[in-house]
Amino acid sequence: MTAQSKAALRSSPGDAQASPGATPQETVLSVENVSLDYVGEQETLRAVDRVSLTVRKGERLVLLGPSGCGKSSILKAVAGFIPVSEGSILLRGRKVQGPGPDRVVVFQEFDQLLPWKTVAGNVAFPLRLARKLGRDEARQRAEAALARVGLTRALDAYPHTLSGGMKQRVAIARALAMEPDILLMDEPFAALDALTRRKLQADLLALVKDIEVTLLFVTHSIEEAVLIGTDLHLLSAHPGRTVGTFSTGHLGFDDQGSPAFERIIRDVNGLLFSHENEAAHV
Amino acid sequence: MSDGTAQAGALISFQPKWKAFGNSVFVKRTLVLLILAAVWEVAAIWQDNPIMLPSFSETAAALWEAIRTENLLPAVAVSVSVLVKGYVMSVLIALVLVALAVSNSFLREGLQTLTAMLNPLPAIALLPLALLWFGFGETSLLFVLAHSVIWPFALATLTGFQSVPETQRLVGRNYGLRGASYVLRILVPAALPSLLSGLKIGWAFAWRTLIAAELVFGVSSGSGGLGWFIFRNRNELFTDKVFAGLVAVILIGLIVEIGIFRTLEARTVRRWGMQR
Repeated sequence: MTAQSKAALRSSPGDAQASPGATPQETVLSVENVSLDYVGEQETLRAVDRVSLTVRKGERLVLLGPSGCGKSSILKAVAGFIPVSEGSILLRGRKVQGPGPDRVVVFQEFDQLLPWKTVAGNVAFPLRLARKLGRDEARQRAEAALARVGLTRALDAYPHTLSGGMKQRVAIARALAMEPDILLMDEPFAALDALTRRKLQADLLALVKDIEVTLLFVTHSIEEAVLIGTDLHLLSAHPGRTVGTFSTGHLGFDDQGSPAFERIIRDVNGLLFSHENEAAHV
Repeated sequence: MSDGTAQAGALISFQPKWKAFGNSVFVKRTLVLLILAAVWEVAAIWQDNPIMLPSFSETAAALWEAIRTENLLPAVAVSVSVLVKGYVMSVLIALVLVALAVSNSFLREGLQTLTAMLNPLPAIALLPLALLWFGFGETSLLFVLAHSVIWPFALATLTGFQSVPETQRLVGRNYGLRGASYVLRILVPAALPSLLSGLKIGWAFAWRTLIAAELVFGVSSGSGGLGWFIFRNRNELFTDKVFAGLVAVILIGLIVEIGIFRTLEARTVRRWGMQR
């Protein structure tokens, strides 16, 4: 029995496994009873308290919760930026010790693109550095990845000339070109206007479905979580604890407004914002 | 694409041609220089005492004369070679200091304290001490030069490194970069605006310190520099040549500022949108 299903049993029985119909796939990421502490000057603050989750190949797990629930902290710990105080994080069975290009992060901030490199240069840079590709091959892969996100004309532009949405597209292309074991996205669309966000959500979804990306996605938007994820992992705040898991792989953009879609959003709402975490769902 | 409105490098001017011409930096600067020269000329004619204030045309003639017959250019070469030597040495020392400061918090405090102490101390005030320690010669000049460059440049560089956005640091670490490779590929380019401005400040301090130091004793290894040229001509009341020397100091400053630093900025930080 996996750690995830144990954790799920504690708060919400059942429904912790992969999306229905999917054949059992190899586990890419497993977070086992992980606690994260922020050590301050005066006191140590527990940000995340014994959270467990599993992401299998091709799954899109969304961490969802109010601010202060430690969802970004979990993602940063998976990325290797912050150490765990308890438990362990395993990537393909190997313990995560620090940051590495097998887990590429897409951040929320627009300045994640390196301003001194062109769009194509930004995508090619990690390929040359971490994948040890030659100049031409890296450039070709970069152009292909940028074409996938719909950027073919801005290849040699510098990031400061791009709009926010385009910058996030470049960041997504950069991450996809690396073909990481798992793609980590930390509220990548939160700083965009509503229309651009909508478009990027749809494009991202089409893209990750097409090339079967394994994804860990952090958001505070319930709707975005249901749209993007195959699975949701709900967290409560101060400290971050698991309050439930959902399977949403069967719901996509076409289901918006449908009774099933509305019901799951209502259920998630109920779980996140009521103190009765025993509420029934799905 | 719905969000594809921003076009790469599109810089459209809505002004008529003659207005754009009048707005170009080159034209403005030339105009300023011409006005200054005219004011100078008129003031000198009105003053009517070439020993106190030679006119612009007299100064220009003296400059030409000095270049032709009085070895002004070799004097310039002496000054510039000392300057380049001291400047490059100081920049390298400062980079080592900053590298140490970045890697260790105790050393960082140390460097910040040293900078705070020594930055306000005019380099020229150290010259008597330098002469006592190293005697009359290039070493003394290099010592005061180093003092004038190291602290402001180290301060600018350290501040630049510390203000690199957190996201860009994380991106670098995400690629598995660490140590020297991380510093060279992420921190240095991300801090380039501060680095360049530190280099510029260091250069200006170095140049003025060197000229001042040369004015005090000047002769190193048998041939005097530009400061010495000014000092010598003042003693003989060749005021027009003193002015010619000062003009040479200014011209070299301008050439380096516009020819080197502006070009570097235009090709890097301005092109990348990191600095306006």
